[in-house]
Amino acid sequence: MAVAPSSLHPPEVIGHKAVAVAPSLLTRQRRRAALYFILPMMTVLTAVAGWPLARTIYFSFTNANLDNLGSQEWVGFANFVSLAQDPEWWRAVTNTVKFAAVSVSLETVLGLVVALTLNANLKGRGIVRTAVLIPWAVPTVVSAQMWNWMYNDLYGVVNAVFLKLGLIDHPYAWTASPSLALAAVIAVDVWKTTPFMTLLILAALQLLPQEIYEAAKLDGIPSPKVFYKVTLPLIRPALMVAIIFRSLDALRIFDLPYVLTGNSRQTASMAVYARQQLIDFQDVGYGSAASTFLFAVIAVFTIIYITAGRVKFDTGR
Amino acid sequence: MAVGSRLAVLFSAALAFVGVSSVLTARPAAAQGTVSVACGSVGAEFDLCKTGAEAWSKKTGNQVKVVSVPKDSNEQLALFQQLLSQKSGEIDVIRIDVVWPGLLAQHLVDLSKEVPKDVIAQHFPAIIEANTVGGKLVALPAFTDAGLLYYRKDLLEKYGRKPPTTWQDLTESAKIVQDGERKAGNDKMWGIVFQGRAYEGLTCNGLEWVDSFGGGTIVDGKGKVTINNPKAVAAIKLAGSWIKSIAPEGVLNYAEEEARGAFQSGNAVFMRNWPYAWALSQAPDSPTKGKVGVSALPKGGPDGKNTGTLGGWNWAVNKYSKNTKAAVDLAKYLTSPEEQKRAAIEVSFNPTIPALYKDKDILAKNPFIGDLLSTFTNAVARPSRVTGSKYNQVSSEFWNAVHEVLSGKSQAEESVAKLEKTLTRLSRNGKW
Repeated sequence: MAVAPSSLHPPEVIGHKAVAVAPSLLTRQRRRAALYFILPMMTVLTAVAGWPLARTIYFSFTNANLDNLGSQEWVGFANFVSLAQDPEWWRAVTNTVKFAAVSVSLETVLGLVVALTLNANLKGRGIVRTAVLIPWAVPTVVSAQMWNWMYNDLYGVVNAVFLKLGLIDHPYAWTASPSLALAAVIAVDVWKTTPFMTLLILAALQLLPQEIYEAAKLDGIPSPKVFYKVTLPLIRPALMVAIIFRSLDALRIFDLPYVLTGNSRQTASMAVYARQQLIDFQDVGYGSAASTFLFAVIAVFTIIYITAGRVKFDTGR
Repeated sequence: MAVGSRLAVLFSAALAFVGVSSVLTARPAAAQGTVSVACGSVGAEFDLCKTGAEAWSKKTGNQVKVVSVPKDSNEQLALFQQLLSQKSGEIDVIRIDVVWPGLLAQHLVDLSKEVPKDVIAQHFPAIIEANTVGGKLVALPAFTDAGLLYYRKDLLEKYGRKPPTTWQDLTESAKIVQDGERKAGNDKMWGIVFQGRAYEGLTCNGLEWVDSFGGGTIVDGKGKVTINNPKAVAAIKLAGSWIKSIAPEGVLNYAEEEARGAFQSGNAVFMRNWPYAWALSQAPDSPTKGKVGVSALPKGGPDGKNTGTLGGWNWAVNKYSKNTKAAVDLAKYLTSPEEQKRAAIEVSFNPTIPALYKDKDILAKNPFIGDLLSTFTNAVARPSRVTGSKYNQVSSEFWNAVHEVLSGKSQAEESVAKLEKTLTRLSRNGKW
């Protein structure tokens, strides 16, 4: 999304800056029209995103209970204080950050590799491009359950294949072993979301002007250098967008660890922790505090990324 | 042109990505005049419940809608809590676990006013009491459960071992048979499987180990936290020693069905499971048909005791149901002696009506039901009544403490001491 705005600036904005008097009739009309167009979306967003968010933040300062919502009392920052003192919460935070960092890095690198391959003029490229998208199209809960069976220590296909290939000497309990569980969750996420990265990067690659490559070819520049000096800088804006999307999504990961390993503390993410408090323990106040914290983390992350990303974006041009 | 369409692809991809991850909840629409019933889905219980509900529908002329629920009991509870806290009447008849009445009572119909006294008096008084909250009878018992020990008769015989009477005994036998079978070529063979996943099932397993050693019930009847004692430590320690030695590491993520999968396919000598596993292990297509024995769980040493965690499911009626009368009638039908007998014969569920333990047809098909009557009547209850609405937290702390020991992340002593501290804080010093 950040790719488009700079080229789509309406011309009258510049005019407005130069002339400090009241805007023209046309400008005012256009602004009003814009407002009318935005209004329905703002209304919907307020209803489906703003209201629940405000309610969650409000609940996080109360002792609300799932059983009797409506009779809660204001408790100030008490929930946040207990949250900060709970080692299990910090374990969930660590798990989530580890998960996000490792999975997004792997997906970016793999997505780039696959996109570059698909961008080449291969035979049957269309079919391959569609096929690559399949893991991403399968609903997460379905693919997670599928992987759960494949990971099974006694009859899972993963162990069978690895044993045949001689990669391991005895079957592993992929989702149960404390040292492997998080890695197993990350592996499924990489399998599932690399296609998304590929798609975004491929779209960017196909927008690149061919003349630059022809010029590089004529000058006899070696292809690794072309990649680092031409391709990578040119697709960076799109890459940034993709990484932001993925990171935000990875930070609020819920379905994969929950289906693969349940509420196990070894893999519980912030969202799994919050759900357990909210639903299993019916502690809406405390669970909302955890959710609010998660929201704050994501908000801060987004602001940093967008600010940093935009600065680079401008100087890059 | 091309630029535009490419950008469009990019945008729609981004949008779809956000949309796909949103949570989907199945919302069955209940029309007037129909009764929707939430059946369980472990083993054969879904089919049993469905045929029962359909028979009732045929008999009474009411429409019935069968809703299936998640396998994991924690998830079922979460689903019901969400529906009920929204005062939703979409599911009229709900099957609840024996530890849930305290959590859900305020959303359920008081059946003592709707059901004749003599119908209620047919059942075990202890189970009726477990379903009574503040004088309100919130559910009628459908079947009762207790943890049982399943063993491979043929393999124990082959190695000259008797069915174990103590856990120590079991540990030894499991090792001998497992190693022998592996040498003979079955390298997938393990000694014992149980429910070791971090969920309610591990609380049941853990409580059995602790109680069989005489280590109490985590929290006693007066609300005092009793878990930090040498017997409880010894019990959890022994279970911890099984992992990777006689139990696969994967057991740390096993629930009932995963354990049954391993045992029934012939890859384990012993299994701890509920009675439902019996009928399935004897099914015509089961590799272990005719090779399985059942007994009470072993004692924790010579001065320990046989025990099993009390489980069991009960039919409750949603207070927000638009069709209360028909719903109560369905709950009554599903818990009737006829239905309980059918369940006992077809899927080896244990009746909650004492008279049925002498029923010839049941004993002919599933003889262990009669033999183990004392196990079911002496089963140990989870501390759900005394801890009330905090039970879920108590259970979660307990299963996590046990899971840490099983996965080798901490020692039994320190884990139990930490658990005692957490529970005492949670209980506000035993007041709950």
